[in-house]
Amino acid sequence: MFAFIVSRLLQAIPVMLTVSLISFAMFAYVGDPVTIMLGQDYTEAQREALVRELGLDQPFFIQFIEFLHNAVQFEFGLSYRLARPVSDLILERMPATLELSFTAAFLALAIGVPMGVYTGLYRDSWLSRFFLTISLIGVSLPTFLIGILLILVFAVILGVLPSFGRGETVAIGWWTTGFLTVSGLRALILPSITLGLFQMTLIMRLVRSEMLEVLRTDYIKFARARGLSNRAVHFGHALKNTLVPVITITGLQLGAIIAFAIVTETVFQWPGMGLLFIQAVANADIPIMAAYLLLIALLFVIINLIVDLLYYAVDPRLRGGLRAAGGR
Amino acid sequence: MPLLEVKNLRVEFPTRRGTLVAVDDVSFHIDEGEVLGVVGESGAGKSITGVSIIRLIEPPGRIAGGQVILNGRRIDNIPLEEMRHVRGKEIGAIFQDPLTTLNPLYTIGHQLVETMQTHLGIGDKEARARAIRWLEDVGIPGAAQRIDAYPHQFSGGMRQRVVIALALCAEPRLVIADEPTTALDVSIQAQVIALLKRLCREHGTAIMLVTHDMGVIAETADRVAVMYAGRIAEIGPVREVVKHARHPYTDGLMGSIPSLSHKVERLTQIEGSMPRLTDIPRGCAFNPRCPKVFDRCRTERPDLMKTDGPNLAACWLHAAPGRDEALGHAA
Repeated sequence: MFAFIVSRLLQAIPVMLTVSLISFAMFAYVGDPVTIMLGQDYTEAQREALVRELGLDQPFFIQFIEFLHNAVQFEFGLSYRLARPVSDLILERMPATLELSFTAAFLALAIGVPMGVYTGLYRDSWLSRFFLTISLIGVSLPTFLIGILLILVFAVILGVLPSFGRGETVAIGWWTTGFLTVSGLRALILPSITLGLFQMTLIMRLVRSEMLEVLRTDYIKFARARGLSNRAVHFGHALKNTLVPVITITGLQLGAIIAFAIVTETVFQWPGMGLLFIQAVANADIPIMAAYLLLIALLFVIINLIVDLLYYAVDPRLRGGLRAAGGR
Repeated sequence: MPLLEVKNLRVEFPTRRGTLVAVDDVSFHIDEGEVLGVVGESGAGKSITGVSIIRLIEPPGRIAGGQVILNGRRIDNIPLEEMRHVRGKEIGAIFQDPLTTLNPLYTIGHQLVETMQTHLGIGDKEARARAIRWLEDVGIPGAAQRIDAYPHQFSGGMRQRVVIALALCAEPRLVIADEPTTALDVSIQAQVIALLKRLCREHGTAIMLVTHDMGVIAETADRVAVMYAGRIAEIGPVREVVKHARHPYTDGLMGSIPSLSHKVERLTQIEGSMPRLTDIPRGCAFNPRCPKVFDRCRTERPDLMKTDGPNLAACWLHAAPGRDEALGHAA
């Protein structure tokens, strides 16, 4: 078990190094930070001083090592535009994005899985057909359009929910949370639905097709032949066997939710990392872009590790495979 | 009163191109503790007969007619929730492929305990103790340790032993064994059949043994029903059916089995193949392949009728004057 985690972490190192190299390369090839920082008027002496100060006269490789050294300490330099440490900016914005993403993922799972089970078990009922039709909308409408439609209906026409922002937040240490205030929770509703709708329909359709598949298997037939209750057959035996693909997709989708919260955050002016990133792109604020890229890569690595650990918990066959590789 | 009585069972599969009749007018009975072999080619309807008794036919298949009577009580029309208490508790089932009949995510102990607790209302400790005893009974070495092992940690033969334990653990009066050895190694088949037979004798459990292996039937069954194209062609005591088949199909079937005692140049073979369910011929379904066919076979369908022995056969050869009336379902 421990060896498994260690080997997975070792495998993550090349991934992170590659992403670091790409984000570092942005400094070298996207614009010239020195001219950006110096502004319109500067002397050659000023320029050389700044180049030395920033270490840009060093060879590429040395600069990269320096970048890595800083990145490991969560140090990404100053934002060109806001002139504040990138790490502070990110830490400030991270709670908003994570709260939004996890709420969206939770909604997607809490609604998507039961709907998938229901439509799998009663595939000919009118309610199942209704769910499936609705899910087509979730799958096919682009996120920004859903967001704008929700704003139009609930904020503009009905006027019951806020159309932008996070509402009031409470600070717990450096973490600011919107979960503890009414306005924070109200502000969370529309963005999290917008962000989670696609994942929800995806999970529902996945669970449904997996359930249909599993319900046809011999062990389900045998479980029925043993006289087990429907509940035990459907949830104990069938649902559990659908979990491995569901965990895989959910894990990947959680990464996607966090990474692509950008669109939702833009539509709802949600003060998260996505909004920070999109503003950074508009201003060629490379330190923020580089840090964001690294952070998202790190999140994917962590989520994949958790997914692998969950496999291990769910499927005993994989445990055997870990002890004696390739052995049945 | 027989333990199980099946009367005029008819199973249909509605399809786009019309209704297929997979089991047509099948009647038989099984007594307490008896082993009834059901034999036939693939598609003869033997497995479907088995699963329709416990009402686990894959939809859209459905029981379209007839009765299934267990201990004097009809079970073909009771609500599914009641049927659930029949499955496992009164009729156990063993399926063909032990590699796929066990849930891969649960230990075999869990699956045994779950089955017993569903039907017997016993506590965790008692259930676990009984599970270990069952595993010992079916010949799993080191049962007390292996009870917490997962199905993938057992070989095919061992898994089928576990399946047998699962089928018997709630002490049913009847076990429907659908091709229990087909997926196993030849060397293990005999062991598994012997085990099944021994346990059922000890517990007084009757067996409906569905197989295409005439050898298994000859060694195991008390009586045998031969199925052809969804109907019973012949039914009777196993010795009679093997030695003195009354139906030309059974006769051909026996001729195609290699024997060590008689030296034969070539095994005989029944010309042609079993008709598909979509085009079963008029009259006797076997008539196009039958060496003894005559006019009546091509127009009228024979029901099971008395022969000169203890067997019943669905064949016009046995329709003597005065015995002309088909016996119907006295089987």
